[in-house]
Amino acid sequence: MRSAVLVFPGINRERDMARTLRLISGQESAMVWHAEPELPAGTDLVVLPGGFSYGDYLRCGAIAARAPIMDAVRRHVKRGGLVLGVCNGFQILCEAGLLPGVLMRNNRLKFICRDVYLKVERSNSPFTRGYNAGQVIRVPVAHGEGNYVADAETVARLEGEGRVLLRYVSPTGALDPNWNVNGATNAIAGILNEHGNVLGMMPHPENHVEPELGATDGRGLFAGLVDHFKQAA
Amino acid sequence: MRNEPKITPELVAEHGLKANEYQRLLALIGREPTFTELGIFSAMWNEHCSYKSSKIHLKTLPTTAPWVIQGPGENAGVIDIGDGLAVVFKMESHNHPSYIEPYQGATTGVGGILRDVFTMGARPIACLDFLRFGDPAHPRTRALVAGVVAGIGGYGNSFGVPTVGGSVGFHRRYDGNCLVNAMAVGIAPADKIFYAKATGVGKPIVYLGSKTGRDGIHGATMASAEFGDDAEEKRPTVQVGDPFSEKLLLEACLEIMAKDCVIAIQDMGAAGLTCSAVEMGAKGDLGVTLDLDRVPCREEGMSAYEMMLSESQERMLMVLRPEKEAEAEAIFRKWGLDFAVVGETTPSRRFIVRHGGAVMADLPIKELGDEAPVYDRPHVATAKQKIIKAEEVAPPISTAAAILQLIGSPDLCSKRWVWEQYDHVILGNTVQRPGGDAAVVRIEDGPKALALTTDVTPRYCEADPVEGGKQAVAESWRNLTAVGARPLALTDNLNFGNPERPETMGQLVGCIRGIGEACRALDFPVVSGNVSLYNETNGRAILPTPSIGGVGLIDDFTKSGTLTFKAPGEAVLLIGEAVGWLGQSLYLREICGREEGAPPPVDLAAERRNGDFVRALIREGLASAVHDVSDGGLLVALAEMAMASGIGAALAGAPFAAHAFWFGEEQGRYVMTLPQAEAEAVVARADAVGVPVKRLGVTGGDALTLGDERPILVAKLCEAFESWFPAYMGAPPAASPEAGRTES
Repeated sequence: MRSAVLVFPGINRERDMARTLRLISGQESAMVWHAEPELPAGTDLVVLPGGFSYGDYLRCGAIAARAPIMDAVRRHVKRGGLVLGVCNGFQILCEAGLLPGVLMRNNRLKFICRDVYLKVERSNSPFTRGYNAGQVIRVPVAHGEGNYVADAETVARLEGEGRVLLRYVSPTGALDPNWNVNGATNAIAGILNEHGNVLGMMPHPENHVEPELGATDGRGLFAGLVDHFKQAA
Repeated sequence: MRNEPKITPELVAEHGLKANEYQRLLALIGREPTFTELGIFSAMWNEHCSYKSSKIHLKTLPTTAPWVIQGPGENAGVIDIGDGLAVVFKMESHNHPSYIEPYQGATTGVGGILRDVFTMGARPIACLDFLRFGDPAHPRTRALVAGVVAGIGGYGNSFGVPTVGGSVGFHRRYDGNCLVNAMAVGIAPADKIFYAKATGVGKPIVYLGSKTGRDGIHGATMASAEFGDDAEEKRPTVQVGDPFSEKLLLEACLEIMAKDCVIAIQDMGAAGLTCSAVEMGAKGDLGVTLDLDRVPCREEGMSAYEMMLSESQERMLMVLRPEKEAEAEAIFRKWGLDFAVVGETTPSRRFIVRHGGAVMADLPIKELGDEAPVYDRPHVATAKQKIIKAEEVAPPISTAAAILQLIGSPDLCSKRWVWEQYDHVILGNTVQRPGGDAAVVRIEDGPKALALTTDVTPRYCEADPVEGGKQAVAESWRNLTAVGARPLALTDNLNFGNPERPETMGQLVGCIRGIGEACRALDFPVVSGNVSLYNETNGRAILPTPSIGGVGLIDDFTKSGTLTFKAPGEAVLLIGEAVGWLGQSLYLREICGREEGAPPPVDLAAERRNGDFVRALIREGLASAVHDVSDGGLLVALAEMAMASGIGAALAGAPFAAHAFWFGEEQGRYVMTLPQAEAEAVVARADAVGVPVKRLGVTGGDALTLGDERPILVAKLCEAFESWFPAYMGAPPAASPEAGRTES
């Protein structure tokens, strides 16, 4: 799996992401500067990592969404290439129009760093084939603006087409407003684009992959992607 | 020297210079200073930058050890941890600005300390924050808590460093002066540490980072005076933080350092351009000439005076290898940062500032720094308080009621509301999150890890500065030991009132003496630090608060100790003596409403013996859970271990007065669990080396049971523990996987 991790000024989880990709795929990622016009040839997976691109000063992700590299990302998506956006990466994908909706301020109005439980709604996507459908996983969030909002029609379409891939739930997998960490519409934590090749998610699976650090539930996402590309090869 | 105000006695006084200090200035330069020069002197000679009241006492602290690479005097301390790596760390206060403008005061505190660390070539890997606020009932406290916590998170989260630990406490003596002490820790190659000392004549001096504005002018002078009723009016002296620029500055600096472009580098912190330029020149025995027309400015028409005193953030000054100029500039341009050659080193040992074709300052550079006034201020020792015996304290409520009240009190309750606003998992190396005895952060891919903690017990320092100073160091050392680390070195942040009062000066002198004694006894040197005086409003000083930031090394992070009970049926041991010391205890304060008595004495030999014993057991994998006994005493420690695990314990009844046994705060103690089968051998080992040990009981069940008293449900403890902070801040209680996680 040849992955490219995009680096926008102010991104700060690019090292976490690159280390996780290396640990699980055994391959180094290309670190791609935002001003580049092209992705490295043969890129399988593009990752937009977390952080505060441009300080989140205008609107989260708004400035990064207009960086030169994003045109190359659009072409990659059109070709059917896979794109994963985590946290600020999700916000950038929404601002770039590659995913619908927007991430608003958390409903409790504070930045929050905490482990949350996610229900994996489907396992038949390249991003979740490492999990079972309905499986509950525990991974951290760390964001101030992760409250997913879209108009009713868009939300209905996302739900109807099975594009809500990850949802905040209780430890037993129940929908519960107390466990919806940021107040997201329908407890949405991660969504797919209409072709299923772009995933945006707020939580950080890349921070829960090492047994020595006590939690490994994030591994499935990356291990599944590695399998996906192995099978495709 | 056009358009500058005339120097009058009033203007001199406004600059915080005393009459005798001004005389000294005149004698040094042999003429009346210009307005710009007066500003430069006030910046260099204020308490914050010159340490004039504390210097002679700080000199008594031990600062060396075979593993110390750099002690106090640079941007941060540096210690060797083997494998070619060094730890760079320091703690610094931002108390005055945080009280005036909590969000920006706290952000710039975090930003400043991060810059101190990466200026030396280290990539920051963790932050900690030691916070003290006034009485929760004081009308301003809640807003200060909200603003300071949001500010720390706002900066650290965006910059991208995990905030992994710290301390939060309340006392009415902080009503007019909150404390914000930020600590940053970084990792650098041991053979590539960068210093402030300039070398070589005619080398370009380069300005890096953000542009200079009119913010923070006289910030350091403001922080060197007491507050009156006009504290609010000092808001313009507080700077504004920009973590985005700092993140870019970090990456750009590390990149030019890796490419060997740098001769010397110094961040622009307190007193900005003045302090950084003078320090680089003075340390290198060189002169510095600055051309202010080349300084990147945010606003038009800034005067020399304003540029020299601005404390605009996210700026650095560097002496560059001339042949690398193009390469270094390209790196800064790539990151969208300013890069301007603004001066050069000279052989003259003079500090010359030009602006608009005129010389605005021409001063002897060594004297500016080295000849700052030094005071041996009069000091009186704090009177000893009497020892309070257990029988002089009648328990007003049952032990069960007391533990629930204590664990739900502002100082002992869960600080989850605070640390959940800090990103504590970024960088993927956080082994122990906030809430343990010390945070544990893996170094790169391991197996080594650092243990980090901040500690002091201000009420002990108030009652007995020497014992309190010792205790602060001992508790730091103990917390590091409790996670299995070998304590290596510390940074101290001495927060006190007005040193011109002999009683306050006595507290400072006493605490430094105690700190020094403990450092020597525990081989735990001071490698960096900061002094914050004048924490006083309308004549009322804060509690003496010398906070200690400790750093320890763990050889294998998978073998660090944690305080969580691991399984039912394990033996629970107390390491260290039980005598029932209630003087200055939280029990006495929270349950009996009395703040009095002598604090618990610190036996440094016992501290070391007990700690070395515990650390060995952790490293051998024998101890399953370890927790130090500190604020609130033995039962609070046991409750924290139970809450973290959801497992209770059946414990024998108290061998003497129950309230004194369970809530006494004697020092040098740990609670430890281990499999029953090992207990006898461990007790024998302890006996053999003279470490007091006592079997307290066995883990298990869902409650703490003390002898034949009614069980105290762990769930009830958790409820009390988790509810105070959210209720106080008006937040809904959190549904979280770690509910019940405890604090040290």
